[in-house]
Order: sequence, then C-alpha cells, then structure tokens
Amino acid sequence: MVRAENVYKTFYTTQKIEALIDVSCRVDKGEVVVIIGPSGSGKSTILRCLNMLEKADKGHIHIDGVDILDHKTNINKVREEMGMVFQSFNLFRHKTVLGNLTLAQTVVRKRSKKEAAEKAMALLEKVGMPEKAEAYPDNLSGGQQQRVAIARALAMDPKVMLFDEPTSALDPEMIGEVLDVMKTLALEGMTMVVVTHEMGFAREVADRVIFMDEGQVVEVGPPEHFFKNPTHDRTKLFLSQIL
Amino acid sequence: MTKGSFSLTDYLRTRGWRHISIVIFFAMIAAVVGGMYFATLKVDYVWRWYRVPQYFYYKDTIETKAEIEGEVATLVPKGDQVEVTVRGDGEEETYSVPGQSLRVNEGDFIYSGDVLGSYQKWKVGILIEGLWVTLKVSVIAVLLGILLGLFTGLARISNNPALKWSAITYIELVRGSPLLVQIFIWYFVLGTLINNLLAQSGMSQLPPLWYGVASLAVFAGAYVAEIVRAGIQSIHFGQMEASRSLGMTYPQSMRYIILPQAFRRILPPLAGQFISLIKDSSLLGIIAIRELTKATREVITSSLQPFELWFVAAILYLVLTFALSMFVQYLERRTAIGG
Repeated sequence: MVRAENVYKTFYTTQKIEALIDVSCRVDKGEVVVIIGPSGSGKSTILRCLNMLEKADKGHIHIDGVDILDHKTNINKVREEMGMVFQSFNLFRHKTVLGNLTLAQTVVRKRSKKEAAEKAMALLEKVGMPEKAEAYPDNLSGGQQQRVAIARALAMDPKVMLFDEPTSALDPEMIGEVLDVMKTLALEGMTMVVVTHEMGFAREVADRVIFMDEGQVVEVGPPEHFFKNPTHDRTKLFLSQIL
Repeated sequence: MTKGSFSLTDYLRTRGWRHISIVIFFAMIAAVVGGMYFATLKVDYVWRWYRVPQYFYYKDTIETKAEIEGEVATLVPKGDQVEVTVRGDGEEETYSVPGQSLRVNEGDFIYSGDVLGSYQKWKVGILIEGLWVTLKVSVIAVLLGILLGLFTGLARISNNPALKWSAITYIELVRGSPLLVQIFIWYFVLGTLINNLLAQSGMSQLPPLWYGVASLAVFAGAYVAEIVRAGIQSIHFGQMEASRSLGMTYPQSMRYIILPQAFRRILPPLAGQFISLIKDSSLLGIIAIRELTKATREVITSSLQPFELWFVAAILYLVLTFALSMFVQYLERRTAIGG
C-alpha cells in the first residue's frame, strides 16, 4: 500500500538539516504502523513526504502502486485517497463542522450536497458528535476539533490515513476520546500510519512500530518485541526515558 | 459617607471629569468655528450661504420658440397645455406650450425664433454633477483596483518568477512615484499614444475620464496587491496544508479556504485604501475631468464665494468616504465567523 525506498530530505533554513537519511519503510493494506522517536528525528517529515506536503529530495515513494515522486503523477489524485490528520487540527475556521466535512466531498469528489451531508452526518455520528454539526471549530474543544478533523479526512473514503501527532496538542483528559476513534478505525481494518508519543496506543493497536532517530530508521518490529526486547541501545535509551 | 450626602468632590471623582471633558470638547469646536467666523468678518468676507443651493439644484426656464415665420392660425387648449399652430408660406407647425405662459394670440404674425411660451424645470447643478463624476470614477477605479490587486497579490506570492517579478516590478514602480506624475503619464503619454493609434485605425478617441480611471485603478491596485498578499500570508499555513491533503488543488484551496478567510482580515486596510482613492480622485481635475474639486473651482470662479464652497466640497467628500466606511463595517459584521 505504502512503500518508501531510500528517501532523503534535507532542509536548508538557517543551517543545513538532514531530516531524512536513506529512510525505507512499508505499510501493507490494513496495517497500523506507528512511528515513534525523539523530536527532530524525522518522523513527521517522512509522514509528510508520503503525501507530498514535503517533497522528498531523493528516493522512491509508492502509494497504492503509484510513484508520487514521478513528475507525471497528479499528486491531487493521490491525496484524494489519503487522509491526513494534523497536530494542530487545521479545521477550516470559516466553515461549520458540517461545512468542513462536505467541502472537499463536493469540490473534489463531485458528490451532490445532499449526498455529502448524509456522509458527513454518518461520520459525525461515528466520532460521537452529531449535535455539533452547525458549530464553528473555534467553539469546540481540542478533542472535539480533532475528532471532526478525523471525520473530515474519512469523508473522502481514503485508503490510507496519516496521523501526525494527533494528540500532542490536546489536554490530557481529551486524548482518550481521540485515541478511541483511532482504535475503532484500526479495528475496522483501515490502513494507518501514526506518528505519536502515545506508547499505550502503539502497544495496543500497532501491527508494527518504527523507531526513528536523527533522520534514520533505527529499529522496526512488532510492538511486543519492540517494547520488551529492543535490540538497539538507542531504542533502549529512548524507551527508558519515556516509559 | 451616608446616602444622600453626595458632595461635589464625589461628583468630580465619579462622573464629573467626564462631563467636564465633554463640555471642553464642544467649547473647543465652538471656539474654532467662532474664531474663524470673526476672522472672516475682520477681512470683510461676506458669507452668502443662500447662494450655495443653486449649485446643487436650480430652476431652469425653458422657452418654446417658433421655428418658422407665419401667422398663428389656431390655439387649441388641451388640459394645461395649449396647442399653437403656426401657418406660414406653405408650411405649418404645431407647438405645445403651457397655457399660463402663452405669449401669442390668434392671428398674430410671428417670426422664426419668437417665444411662444415657456416652462420651468428643476435641473441638477454643477456640484452634483461633479459629485456624480467623482462617485463614478471612484466606483469604477475601486472595482478595477480590487481585480488588479487580487491578481497581483496572488502573482506576488507565486513561485513562478515571471508572475512574481512582474508583480514586484509593478508594485514598486507604482508605489515609488507620485500619483500626480502617474496621472500625467496616463493622460499625456499613454493617452496621446493610444488616442493617436485609435485615430489611425479610424476609431473614436477615449475621453480623459478613462485615463483618470485607469491611473487611479492602477495606483490603488499596487497597494491592494500588498494588502492582499499580507492577508493571505496571515492565514495559518496549516489551512492550506489541510485543504491540499484533502486533494484540493492550489486554486481550489485559494478560492474555498484561504481567500474567504483572508477577505475578512483585509477589509479594514482595504477600506482605508479606497477612502484614499476617493480623495485622490480630486487630482483628476488637472486632466480636464470635471469631478467635484474641479467643479468647485469653476463655481468659485463665477460666484466668488470660496469659503462656503470649499467647505461644501470637503463635506461632500466626507459624505462619500463616510458612506464607504459604513458599508465596509457592515460587510465586516456580515462576514464575521460564527455569527
């Protein structure tokens, strides 16, 4: 489903930052892959490279068999099939919750207003907030906004969902409600790539865990192996610091 | 302190200073107006406000004149009107004039150009005409300025060097030279070129009004472009990322996500820019566009009442700019998020 091979990415801001160095990973259909690592390890960068919010400098990224780094690829078509959830929610502030969920459906998927609204209401039901359909994002709590953001991505019927630290900006008591929605999705067989610091979620839901540090993949493995018997010293150190 | 013993110091401490300040404000206004009035009396200026209304509206007498020579054959009353038939050397003409103003009798011999009757009609004065030209020029220039500014602003933030550098060149050129000079360039350089080319290809000339509109629109467009750019860049980049991640294209994201949010933020600076534009239109008099300021100057030449008329002109500009800022405030309230 998702295959990244030898991906490099360097940022030139005030200094040269090698964010990704020869990163390869794969995510199969129906799999939940959690990427963890210290801040600045490149885990968000690889996620953002997967739907071209950042353009990888070198390497190959195949999404559902399509090489997205190929110039001939229409990236918008690829993005239609990939949902993304951001750390800072990024709901459209000038639209109601319903408007957030229906806009891309009508503009990109060319669904009728009625069809889009029905889909939106079904998804709001699923994330547990149908009563907020007419509310504006600014009047919602962080947890509610993030659930709306998940519903907005799901409204496009994506084949893959990318989560970029979806709970990092939330108050502790709201993290649970968002993780619950994500667990439901995982159980339903959604292909998911999740960058997170929620080790509980990784242990419970992930099929595989990828540990990154300093722009490189250090260790990959199923969670039981990963949390109980990490092979690399860097992984051990990281786990000892956060657990 | 018990109830009812509200002393002067208590009054001063609570509402007193506010009331005194209000009184001071109006006293200052009165002093300025009064001082000015007495100063004009000292230099023997005679205020004649009663002469001003005629430049807004006046009664014009319109005379019906005979166009042929001959005898008044018949007078046929028809309601208020009388139909006068003049019969001359093998020709006959009928004129309709108001009965009260009839100046001829049956059998009178009249010459071509003789007045048969007259009526009075209200006409708009030169100041209203000038105000209308100012309004027309401003509205067209504002609309063109918005279009130009929007496209230039979008080009300014584009990654395409052709677009971006054209936008920067345009903005810097226009912002770096005086509007007065630009108006001269539009009229005397571009205007001469364009009108000559039009004449050579057998088409009619463009009146000065359009060069005036063009200079104002191009001038405002450069400033609007910078306002638009700042507005777009003030929208958090996450909004663009979110909409792109849903598969929307860049133009779709601009149209549905970024511009609607930017629009609300740029309304106040945009209003300021367009208020400037209305006031700047007063410069167009120099290229023979008879807008409000030029109309005022013409009236002063004939009436010799500069004091009254310059105040009137200022107030008329104030009416236009105030109406615009009210309209923008209404738009701001209407586009408020979550309203």
